[in-house]
Amino acid sequence: MMAANTEDFVIVGAQSSDANEHIAKPALSFWQDAWRRLKLNKLAVISMWFLIFIMAFAVVSNILVPQKAANSFNSDKVGVYKNLPPNSGLPIPGWDGKIKAPGDNSATDVYASQGVPDGKKFILGTDNIGRSVAKRVIVGLRISLLVAIVATLIDLLIGVAYGVFSGWKGGWIDNVMQRIIEILSSIPNLIIVTMLGLLLGSGVLSIILAIAMTGWLSMARQVRNMTLSLKERDYVLAAKSLGESSTKIAIKHLIPNMAGTIIVQVMMTVPNAIMFEAVLSAINLGVKPPTASLGSLIADAQAMLQFYPYQILIPAVMLVLISLAFILLGDGLRDAFDPRASED
Amino acid sequence: MTEGTPKKLVELKDLQLYFNKGKSNEVRAIDHVSFDIYEGEVFGLVGESGSGKTTIGRTILKLYEPTAGDILFEGKDVTHLKGRRLSEFRKNAQMIFQDPQASLNGRMKVRDIIAEGIDINKLAESKADRNQKVQQLLDLVGLNKDHATRYPHEFSGGQRQRIGIARALAVDPKFIIADEPISALDVSIQAQVVNLMKELQQRHSLTYLFIAHDLSMVKYISDRIGVMHWGKLLEIGSADAVYNHPLHPYTKSLLSAIPVPDPEVEKARQHVDYDTSVETDGKKRDMIEVNPGHFVLATPEEAATYKAAQR
Repeated sequence: MMAANTEDFVIVGAQSSDANEHIAKPALSFWQDAWRRLKLNKLAVISMWFLIFIMAFAVVSNILVPQKAANSFNSDKVGVYKNLPPNSGLPIPGWDGKIKAPGDNSATDVYASQGVPDGKKFILGTDNIGRSVAKRVIVGLRISLLVAIVATLIDLLIGVAYGVFSGWKGGWIDNVMQRIIEILSSIPNLIIVTMLGLLLGSGVLSIILAIAMTGWLSMARQVRNMTLSLKERDYVLAAKSLGESSTKIAIKHLIPNMAGTIIVQVMMTVPNAIMFEAVLSAINLGVKPPTASLGSLIADAQAMLQFYPYQILIPAVMLVLISLAFILLGDGLRDAFDPRASED
Repeated sequence: MTEGTPKKLVELKDLQLYFNKGKSNEVRAIDHVSFDIYEGEVFGLVGESGSGKTTIGRTILKLYEPTAGDILFEGKDVTHLKGRRLSEFRKNAQMIFQDPQASLNGRMKVRDIIAEGIDINKLAESKADRNQKVQQLLDLVGLNKDHATRYPHEFSGGQRQRIGIARALAVDPKFIIADEPISALDVSIQAQVVNLMKELQQRHSLTYLFIAHDLSMVKYISDRIGVMHWGKLLEIGSADAVYNHPLHPYTKSLLSAIPVPDPEVEKARQHVDYDTSVETDGKKRDMIEVNPGHFVLATPEEAATYKAAQR
């Protein structure tokens, strides 16, 4: 027998059952809770503010920098304004209007040598026919974001609906729907884009449609896989036995539980769509010049990479930053939407 | 079970459910099963894993489509119900699930989980009425009212199972299928949940189909017990009869496997092996009433031997 030091213990008595059942954690709504968890992820918050700023900027810049201003150039003075390096007006090395051409020993002030009027500065330089890179990047950003977001939304709608339906119905319907996806995904994207381009004429609309038409396949597949596993869960059976309709089950039980997968997929689709648009623009299937998109800017500047690296660097950095921000935010959102992921 | 002429609430008539019918991997999950559940009783269904207990429960609730046979609820055939009639039936028959973790949607608040049945059947007139109903249900299962705004993952296993019970009770059913409601809970919580179920049964005059593989718990809660193996129902009888005077060798084997919380007795306990040939030799067997209300699946000769062995 073990002798207990009874004097070390204090009898507290049985607590009331109410106290036993008490949960000390404060009650939060779903969005409060998600927001609280998202705030813990610094990178995701920075990405979110960055994206909000970029999108707000893209909308506001419609007034400040209309597309015409970015496309027009003075054909008489191309020689004066072409390929000017970025000039901040301050003596910052690499941002003072001077550039060191390959083979030279010292940087030359291009603004002076091409005879640009005094006081005229291009903060991000100009392209090979004398258009402001800054203006073209702003317009390009707008077009790229528009293409990416609209295409992703269409993706989301078709992909999720198709995937949930196929997975939920199962059996031969699922079988047929999956074969359709396989057939569609075996057609090379470029062929679809070319055909659409022929049908609708090349332009923003046909790019959006082309990206949407090919992009939803992977979303549909993922959603269908998730549906197949989720529909066997007990809470779905419980909803069924309560008499919940299939549509309601999809909205209340299936989609919220695959939100993580969907969000990640969306956040991957956005940069993918921007990239795909860039590729299309680069091979002349995308936006028609003189309209700028981030992709077409990169493609145009590619030939002169060694001489005027800033012309490709600026849109490329924008592209990378936006893609990165989407991916980081997607990661953060996935964790934030999962109540079980909270560490406390 | 009240004596006299007890009313049959649920009747299964020669129910069959085959998965992959006609293929080489055909599984006879339910193989010619017939039994009745009387109003107000607790019918325990026991058997090893994969014996088809859960499948029977889900088939009664029409979550699976039976291959053949009939299910009667309050005398009406519910086997092929559709649409509005089906949802009416589902208001009367509900289910409590095995794993309280898996049976609650982690993305929904407890209030919305419990109110799901209320919303579907439009049982609440207003939002305030709905909240009040949820609160009553929480109270009924011994949870307090500020739990309504919580998510399932914040609760312990026993609390979650009680949420599941509250959800089933929300539509005010007559019949509840409890599919191994305690096997995912630790022993200290099992009694809590079983006692809650017993108490609710008396207060709301519920009828249970209690599915479990823990014979001692089934005996504690059930009025009658059915023993299943490989999709077949082998024995039915009152809890006492099945527990104290088992007829079928499988039941004997099951009972001999119950550990005894007494080291001396436990040391002497002998496990009776079950010879499956009584099921696989291909002879035709029927449910034979050996003693009043005590049936066993056997050939007439076997039934006579079982009866003789009792003496």
